[in-house]
Amino acid sequence: MLDRWSGTGVRAGTAVVNLSDCQNQSYITASGRTTRCNSTVNSKRPVNLDLSTIHFPITAIVSILHRISGVALFAGIAVLLWMLDASLASPESFLALRELLALPLSQAVLWLTLAALAYHAVAGVRHLIMDIGIGESLEGGQVGAKLVLFFALVAIVLAGVWIW
Amino acid sequence: MVTAVTSFGRSGLYDWLIQRISAVVMTAYVCFLLGFILTRPELQYADWRALFSQLWMRVFSLITLVSIAAHAWIGLWAVLTDYLTTRALGAKATVLRLLAQMLLGVVAVTYVVWGIEILWGL
Repeated sequence: MLDRWSGTGVRAGTAVVNLSDCQNQSYITASGRTTRCNSTVNSKRPVNLDLSTIHFPITAIVSILHRISGVALFAGIAVLLWMLDASLASPESFLALRELLALPLSQAVLWLTLAALAYHAVAGVRHLIMDIGIGESLEGGQVGAKLVLFFALVAIVLAGVWIW
Repeated sequence: MVTAVTSFGRSGLYDWLIQRISAVVMTAYVCFLLGFILTRPELQYADWRALFSQLWMRVFSLITLVSIAAHAWIGLWAVLTDYLTTRALGAKATVLRLLAQMLLGVVAVTYVVWGIEILWGL
């Protein structure tokens, strides 16, 4: 099952443009998402992109969390690199980092970063497993989504136990 | 509207493969570091520094950093092309998205250079 939120699958899916709708238009992009024919024939079609009115199945929730955790991780890399720098620069900075990580606020920042990492990694492994053909059916996708939530939750709790 | 030209591998198939290879590299790195730290409850500075003094660990770290930059570019490209669209924001969306991608690209390159400074500045 192609992930509706991940780039390639969606783009392949939306590439289908009904050419008969756009017979007098020359402006059709490869993605088919923003075409001049949208403003003519396609504009009569109802478009519902109001996320608050759309029911999210568990696979969509797992998918959007993969996105959110990925964006968060991009910021979290700065935290991890800063910690790596402090831990390696000198014995003094190593001990200073250890003292800093005794404070609840820095523990919370580290835990949030590790939580994003744990979730993103578990959800990523699901993608790799699906790539080799396991769990691609509707039921398989739903079971996989539940397993991602379960294993990510376990990993996030364990990370919290480790930090505190 | 321009979308494919700003993708990392210039094609969805390349991006797909790079995303997976970089993911495997990063997962291996995280598992290794986790194993190293968890098997040494009272980790001291000397052991930690000795690990990162070795050439193979620096190379492993550098490959991971490059993987982070490539993986983040591909992932953030997918996010930006989905949300900074002309449908949502009008004609200025493409300019906004290009600016956002340039900014995030600078951050990604900064991560790599910063990591090199940390590892080779020891």
